[in-house]
Amino acid sequence: MITTAVEERQHYLNAGYGLKSWLLTKDHKRIGLLYLITITLFFVLGGVFATLIRLELLTPPGDLVSSETYNKLFTLHGIVMIFFFLIPSIPATLGNFFLPMMIGARDLAFPKLNLLSWYLLVIGGLFTIFVMVAGGVDTGWTFYTPFSSSYSNTYVVATGVGIFITGFSSILTGLNFIVTIHTMRAPGMRWLRMPLFVWSHYATSLIMVLGTPVLAISVLLVAAERVFHIGIFDPAFGGDPVLFQHLFWFYSHPAVYIMVLPAFGVLSELVSTFSRSRVFGYAFVAFASLAIAILGFLVWGHHMFVAGQSAYAGMVFSFLSFLVAIPSAIKVFNWTATMYRGSVSYATPMLYAFGFIGLFTIGGLTGLFLASMGLDIHVHDTYFVVAHFHYIMVGGAVMAYLGGLHYWWPKMTGRMYPEGWSKLSALLVFVGFNVTFFPQFVLGYVGMPRRYHVYPDEFQVLNVLSTAGASILAVGYVLPLIYFIWSLRYGAVAGSNPWRATGLEWKTPSPPPVHNFEETPVVRHEAYDYAALFKEEEAHVR
Amino acid sequence: MGQRFPLFPEQASTVAPMTDNLYFFLIGITVLFSTGIFLAILIFAIKYRRRSEDQVPVQYEGPASLEIIWTLVPLGIVMLMFAWGTHVFFAATTPPRDAIEIYGVGKQWMWKLQHMEGHREINELHVPVGTPVRVTLTSEDVIHSFFVPDFRIKTDVLPGRYTTAWFEATKPGRYRLFCAEYCGTDHSRMIGWIHVMEPQEYQAWLSGGGAEGSMAASGQKLFEDLGCASCHTTDGRGRGPNLVGLFGSPVALAGGGTVKADAAYIRESILAPNAKIVAGYQPIMPTFQGLVTEEGITQLIEHIRSLGQQPGAAPAGQPVQPEAAGTKAGER
Amino acid sequence: MSASHAERLELREQFDTPAQQKEASTLGMWIFLVTEVMFFGGLFTAYIIYRSFYTDAFARASNTLDVAIGSLNTVVLIVSSLTMALAVHASQIGARRLIVVFLLLTMLFGGVFLGVKAYEWHHKWEQNLVPGSRFHLPGEPQPAQAQLFFSLYFAMTGLHAIHMVVGLGLLAVLVARAQMGRFGPHYYAPVDMVGLYWHFVDIIWIFLFPLLYLVNRHG
Repeated sequence: MITTAVEERQHYLNAGYGLKSWLLTKDHKRIGLLYLITITLFFVLGGVFATLIRLELLTPPGDLVSSETYNKLFTLHGIVMIFFFLIPSIPATLGNFFLPMMIGARDLAFPKLNLLSWYLLVIGGLFTIFVMVAGGVDTGWTFYTPFSSSYSNTYVVATGVGIFITGFSSILTGLNFIVTIHTMRAPGMRWLRMPLFVWSHYATSLIMVLGTPVLAISVLLVAAERVFHIGIFDPAFGGDPVLFQHLFWFYSHPAVYIMVLPAFGVLSELVSTFSRSRVFGYAFVAFASLAIAILGFLVWGHHMFVAGQSAYAGMVFSFLSFLVAIPSAIKVFNWTATMYRGSVSYATPMLYAFGFIGLFTIGGLTGLFLASMGLDIHVHDTYFVVAHFHYIMVGGAVMAYLGGLHYWWPKMTGRMYPEGWSKLSALLVFVGFNVTFFPQFVLGYVGMPRRYHVYPDEFQVLNVLSTAGASILAVGYVLPLIYFIWSLRYGAVAGSNPWRATGLEWKTPSPPPVHNFEETPVVRHEAYDYAALFKEEEAHVR
Repeated sequence: MGQRFPLFPEQASTVAPMTDNLYFFLIGITVLFSTGIFLAILIFAIKYRRRSEDQVPVQYEGPASLEIIWTLVPLGIVMLMFAWGTHVFFAATTPPRDAIEIYGVGKQWMWKLQHMEGHREINELHVPVGTPVRVTLTSEDVIHSFFVPDFRIKTDVLPGRYTTAWFEATKPGRYRLFCAEYCGTDHSRMIGWIHVMEPQEYQAWLSGGGAEGSMAASGQKLFEDLGCASCHTTDGRGRGPNLVGLFGSPVALAGGGTVKADAAYIRESILAPNAKIVAGYQPIMPTFQGLVTEEGITQLIEHIRSLGQQPGAAPAGQPVQPEAAGTKAGER
Repeated sequence: MSASHAERLELREQFDTPAQQKEASTLGMWIFLVTEVMFFGGLFTAYIIYRSFYTDAFARASNTLDVAIGSLNTVVLIVSSLTMALAVHASQIGARRLIVVFLLLTMLFGGVFLGVKAYEWHHKWEQNLVPGSRFHLPGEPQPAQAQLFFSLYFAMTGLHAIHMVVGLGLLAVLVARAQMGRFGPHYYAPVDMVGLYWHFVDIIWIFLFPLLYLVNRHG
């Protein structure tokens, strides 16, 4: 393969310089990078809150910060990490950058709308930063009424406005993806030839479009309740505080799938590329994403087994929650089977993929504990839940995000990251994560409730362990931040297809030209057809 | 509490072993499946490691039956979990009929608990061992949650509504009570103790003073102080309905339809009297919202209950006369 | 926004064919409308739940609404949908004057609707039926629940009215562009899209009207 030097060729990064060329860009690749920078900042912010929380929990009494401050810390940690990091993480960065390329399109269907989405995230983020500076908010990211609507005296309305605006960012991104997938596929790119990354983003977009508006109206009603005292969630006026929980979880449970479905998509790409093997049961994996998106809308009540909901409603929700576990299990089995008789490489992205499968398996199986009504009585609202969703969100979504970032970094920047350092960071993240969150399963079953600022002495040992793990995890996260920036200048020059992967995004130079492809590609093979790829390469060399 | 740093909660109620058995089953499944997955990954990663950069493996198309198997087997397992979990849930949330009644009110940031005999406790609750106890809960402000890990029970405590928790302690001792639903600044300080005592000790504690008259008696006093008796006369000729024998019986409403006179209905009738007007009466009763506390309302309910009731129809629990409960506990 | 007339008619660079561009914008608009349905759906759910909790109070409160005015507004809105459809048709056949006329008529009816709505709200304000400390419904045995009805009434009709105002803004932009002769048989997607939006807002009202004004009406 002949690699042209990065500087000589015209590509999306050198197509224009200056702030304006970035802030007014309509190029999905540049917008993807804008998102990358934005959510990295929010990730650091959320990480600072997490650090303070773990430091406070090192000792049983509340000695580092006051209770008011602690409550604001976990609230802001949740809001920042969920709405400003996890939800946009993979879709808005990697999805934005690669979804059009993977289907052979020049851009998303609505480039201006795409830019608007980024601005909406930034504006929503500014509201949240305003809240932090002005004095914080202490309702928990769940905003349960009537505490949020009538009792909290912090900046609930401003936070709500921020989330409302950010919600539209998410809605518009989902809309853009759906339309793009429907109308912009290159010739020959049939639905069942699409990479699984695209399938999982299609499912994610459905949830964004159908769920987010309900969150928007719920937050709006809480704000209205605070400002006008309209009584919709206030029992003193005949309102029902539990109605808020229904509306909130109708969005926020599917939101979990907004965070984890794109991770599934990344995983399929990684496992296939680094095993040089077509994803086992391609169609099953593709439709499992859709099944999760649909079933995900029917299980919200499993957050409310002990909230005074009728036991029979609880049974239905429990039943459906067990069902939604099946498509996730299918995916894990299929990824594992993909390695069978493959050619498995131990490149860094694959290490993250191994980590993901392990942690997601534990996270998913512990979800069954919570779906089981009898057990949920005991573990609901304890650290068991905290551990479970961190296994899914951090062990799952963040691992996949980092794996995907390493995988596509050469394509995005034209440079390789340093192999040794990246392997070290993958190891640190995996070990640090387990030391942080595994003790919390035990802690939860022993009975420590979540959102506790001070706690009884008998819980201390496990909390110390957890904090120690968090410090390892922090090192694991800081390393990539440093070496990715380093690689921009000093990294080895990456060819157009360093991994010898099959996706269309690898058939164009790195970094890609402004319109992605020199000419619109024509797709002649199924996804992940390595034999065909190698034959083509051979023909090319001759 | 035994160990200094426990890794497992004590089993101190009849429900605890049921919950734990289900827990162990789920742990077993988790270990089984994760070990299987980890081993498979490890073996495949080593056995099929890339041996040369140009290696292209022959594409392996496994049998489609594999997909069916690993869909149906997990499905069977989770259905078993569903059935078992639901069974435990109903056991843990259905109180026996002969339970002792306790009323509890959550408010930022304390638990106020009241015995039928009139003892009032804050952040502490004394109960006898080996006797089912039902706690009827409501909140004065935001949502709280009544959580006793060693009993494996938890119930959200909602404003404007009654929810119940029940347990039968199996070991004397002191067990932690937590608020599990985030409720504001001092959420983590809204904690207390459940003291489980031998029946004789409990009797001694009950008779040791601190009682301000039984709940029903306090309710009666409140009933008079608030002037309820001037309309709700016992001869059936008052401006309000006669309350004797009301509790647990069906009430015909002015707009048609009937409602059962349970705790929730009585509470509503005190706070929003015109919501459900009894047939034959005028909507003239003023609201007592703000004039009577949640604890006061539970006392009024107990007073009305003590005026007699329809047998076997108690929604807030088969009432146990204080003396009866005492003797029974004493006999054991 | 210095793009020339010709450039606007051109195919945007990410698309291969005009048909693809049209398909994309139509699908995009439909998906947007789905999000709007979900948005209003939350409020409708809340309304239906409380209506079943507090049937009597809601029925009494809804009886204070004026069905005649509500019906008038419904007719006005349906007529505006008709003129909107005619505007789309006019652009399809290239009748440039008619596009402007029908768009203006649509705006006129939309404006009438909002005016009538404003009158209704003002009337409620004078009757002290706006939720808050002044709220008072004479003879109502369950004022809190009745107030809840009005909270939902104002939330739902208010949100609908905001959508109407947005629609009027979009129509104003269309009128300006139509007067410059931008639309014709080759290019009328914007008129079509705004039309879809306008019909959607209309349909929301078609649901609001019976739910708020008509259900359980007696006397």
